[in-house]
Amino acid sequence: MNSVSYLDLLLCTLPEIAVALAGLVALTLDITLLRKSPAANRLRSTVIIGLIGCILAIHFLTRAPLQYSLPDGMFVVTPLTRVVQISLLVLAMFTLLLTRSTRFTLHIGEYVALILFATVAMMFLVAAQNLLLIFIALEFLSLSLYILTGFDKRSRQSAEAALKYFLFGGMSAGFLLFGMSLLYGLSGSIELPKIAAALNTPTLDPLLLIAIVMVAVGFGFKIAAAPFHLWAPDAYQGAPTVSAGFIASSSKVASFFILAQVVIIALAGAGGSGAFRAYHPGWVPVLAILAALSMVLGNLAAIAQTSLRRLLAYSAIGHAGYMLLGIIAHTQQSLSALLYYVITYALASLGAFGVLGALESEGIDRIDDLRGLSRRSPSLALCLMIFILSLAGIPPLAGFFGKFYIFSAALSAYPSLGLLWLVLLAIAMSAVSLYYYLRVLKAAWVAPDAAAVSPALRTPLVTRLALWLLAALVVILGCLPGLLLNWIGPG
Amino acid sequence: MLAWTIYLSFIGALAARLAPSKHLARVLALVTAVAGLTLSLITLVHWRPGELLTVTQVAWIPQLGLSYHLAADGISLTLLLLTGIAATAGILFSWNIEHRTQEFFAFYLVLIGGVYGVFLSFDLFLLFVFYEIAIIPKYFLIAIWGSVPRGAAGTPQAGSLREYAAMKLALYSFAGSALVLAAMVCVWATTGGQSFSFEALASYPFTPHFQMFAFPLVFVGFAVLAGMWPFHTWAPTGHAAAPTAASMLLAGVVMKLGAYGCLRVAMMLFPRGLDPWGFHVLGFGSWRGVFAVLALIGIVYGASVALVQHDFKFVIGYSSVSHMGFVLLGLMTLTQIGLDGAVFQMFSHGVIAGLLFAVVGRMVYDRTHTRDLNELGPMRLAHVIPFAAVIFVLAGMASIGLPGFSGFIAEFQVLIGTWRALPWMVVFAGIGILIGIAFTGRALTKAFFGEPPQRVSAPHCDCPPISLPEKCGAILLLGTSLAVGLYPRILTDLILPALNSPLFQGLRGGTWR
Repeated sequence: MNSVSYLDLLLCTLPEIAVALAGLVALTLDITLLRKSPAANRLRSTVIIGLIGCILAIHFLTRAPLQYSLPDGMFVVTPLTRVVQISLLVLAMFTLLLTRSTRFTLHIGEYVALILFATVAMMFLVAAQNLLLIFIALEFLSLSLYILTGFDKRSRQSAEAALKYFLFGGMSAGFLLFGMSLLYGLSGSIELPKIAAALNTPTLDPLLLIAIVMVAVGFGFKIAAAPFHLWAPDAYQGAPTVSAGFIASSSKVASFFILAQVVIIALAGAGGSGAFRAYHPGWVPVLAILAALSMVLGNLAAIAQTSLRRLLAYSAIGHAGYMLLGIIAHTQQSLSALLYYVITYALASLGAFGVLGALESEGIDRIDDLRGLSRRSPSLALCLMIFILSLAGIPPLAGFFGKFYIFSAALSAYPSLGLLWLVLLAIAMSAVSLYYYLRVLKAAWVAPDAAAVSPALRTPLVTRLALWLLAALVVILGCLPGLLLNWIGPG
Repeated sequence: MLAWTIYLSFIGALAARLAPSKHLARVLALVTAVAGLTLSLITLVHWRPGELLTVTQVAWIPQLGLSYHLAADGISLTLLLLTGIAATAGILFSWNIEHRTQEFFAFYLVLIGGVYGVFLSFDLFLLFVFYEIAIIPKYFLIAIWGSVPRGAAGTPQAGSLREYAAMKLALYSFAGSALVLAAMVCVWATTGGQSFSFEALASYPFTPHFQMFAFPLVFVGFAVLAGMWPFHTWAPTGHAAAPTAASMLLAGVVMKLGAYGCLRVAMMLFPRGLDPWGFHVLGFGSWRGVFAVLALIGIVYGASVALVQHDFKFVIGYSSVSHMGFVLLGLMTLTQIGLDGAVFQMFSHGVIAGLLFAVVGRMVYDRTHTRDLNELGPMRLAHVIPFAAVIFVLAGMASIGLPGFSGFIAEFQVLIGTWRALPWMVVFAGIGILIGIAFTGRALTKAFFGEPPQRVSAPHCDCPPISLPEKCGAILLLGTSLAVGLYPRILTDLILPALNSPLFQGLRGGTWR
């Protein structure tokens, strides 16, 4: 047993500690000092505490050593995990800022604290290279998200969504645990690199294949890939808007990162091949099937939706398919493409939910409810247009470069364009997706006001600022992708 | 300096959106468009023949070998001039837009900026970025400000008709660009992502097999926007539903984006894709044969359909399909004169179609509120708005290729090229021209020189007189067509050296036929 220097450990986990402490402080203050104050005050104070925690964490992250790891892969810091953690914190900060426009609950302290705790879980998740810790962090994250989904206690939909999410999530955790235990049984280790070393045999053990499928099922639920996506539309629709945005953004980033870590590091020798006419069993073909199904099902089902949130949910499933491409290719380049894609996707997606949240007081959910938005609030309509077009992959917004990069990286991963079939499918499906994205924009921009008298929308300044910042980020990262690629780029 | 055509358009769009009054928005838009045109003209004056003018070249995304590379050769400059002229005229003809004026000009100028960007890009990725930027404003221009046939105006169907046309156009464009994106991703994976600049790609040794596969993807992808049969169906509905300025831009400039992409990307980068396959399918031996026949069908089919339309705007819409067929046919001749004619036709059709749409959409429709030729006849518009009639007669003459107008030079060159390369096709192209004369004459007679009213209750039109902006716009377009038609060297001196530059080395295969 190697000895651990607790001072080093403290220094390295300072960011996580800062966020967790902020959550605890917000919780305590809210039920003690602020108990009698009006809701707006409580919200303001707790959000500010949360923001301070996140900013401190980012500050510590930029100061922390670049490379550090605890024995057994319990906690591994690399430049890459740092970037992912920073982006998670930034997303959490935006989520907190957008929380201001919600007024669905009186338990404000708990809500803010849960967002912060979920962020802590994700920060641990991306830093873990150990099956046990991965599972614990993943469950910590999931528990926080279940509660966030069901937080709107006045709404039956919210409760139903939370229950559905919880049941599916619990089952997927079972699958994941089963797969992990098989991996442990086969390799005798729970540390990702050691598993790879132990499993490095030329032939594929049938038991390993089962383990792969189980892990894929488990993570498939987490990232909402078809055919394990069923919880997503209900959760997105029923959850409070901010929670839905949080699930769609931050948790996507963390889940995709850790899925990539697990399959690429631990199952390094069991990749197989998903290339056309050169099929070889392994985790690549399994994920390729998930990706193809997600793209087709997500994009086609989104066409038929009349509810905005369900539309976003199905489009998220489609996006999960594109993102899986980055893992399937598993080259340095495709990983940086995946990170770029998932981070910019998270920004745009959070933004879209943020706009919905700003409209929430009017009970907007159907696409047609957006009518006349460009008249009532030009700035919100412009933000919505930027987010939706980025999701649709229109240049010069970030979503377009993400798509181009991930497709190119996937295609160059195999000799003689082996993944062409999957990339062509992805491109075709992203052309399809423009149809339903344009429908949203049509409602917001083209359709005349339902009632010409509807007054101009008033949104709180903080919400507007947060949305503008998000939109600016989407535009800037799209015009100058180098800013982000410098951090996550290969080599 | 030329790069400012792009930036000015985007700045102008922002300024027009934020303008406090409608009139200020109009003036700002006009100033922006004129400034763009002036910049192109100044460049033209200082142009040295055969020059490849590098405007900007900086590393953009070095991790992927993408550069922000703007440059102009003669072909680009020809089309930049066209864009400037069409944009200016379009704004003059949409002076009367009162509904959400600021937003209209904002979308309009974003579209213009995207178009300038495409013509100036010398990096494949950059070209694609600008190409897509131009798609979204088109959708909104048609969906919000589009026109509908008489009877549908003001009804609930009006909105859905517009949205149908707009969505159709957007989806066709996007499907086309998906093909281009697919090819682009393959190119990136094949070249290893070293560089996407045209110079690097034009000299990269793509295998003939790869070119055979990439060429049709890119060509069809761009040709969708150039209105190639059978992917043309967005064009008539789109043109007809668009507001006047937008249909002028659609026919005048946006269709040229497609043709330009075919030439600049598909043919310049993958010239071996035009070689014979080595076997025959249905009598076709190469992609060149396939696309030449499709272009030919477009010429004859577009003209024939235009001959039987009752909707004035559809007549012009289908005539665009026919005229764009000449561009594609000229490209497929692979002769110097044919390609020259094709680029010439892009310019010429841009000007003339713009003028025709201006007469139909702005001068006639905005006054009579009908596009039905049978209803227009009894109004005897030649007496009511003689200026429109005169302009339409002249534009019609230019459109059917009467000597003295630009259309003649363009189609003549295409025909010579076709004669040299694909002799039997000249017959059908000639038939297409004849039908073109027929439908132009028919539309002209029916719309302007109809029978005097038999009954007292015949529809009456109390038309406001033609306004000054309209006159300026019409004279600008007509003057351009005449100037280029009478002194074609303005353009051929630009186009020919560009075609003979090293960039097109692969296409020439040593010398032109």
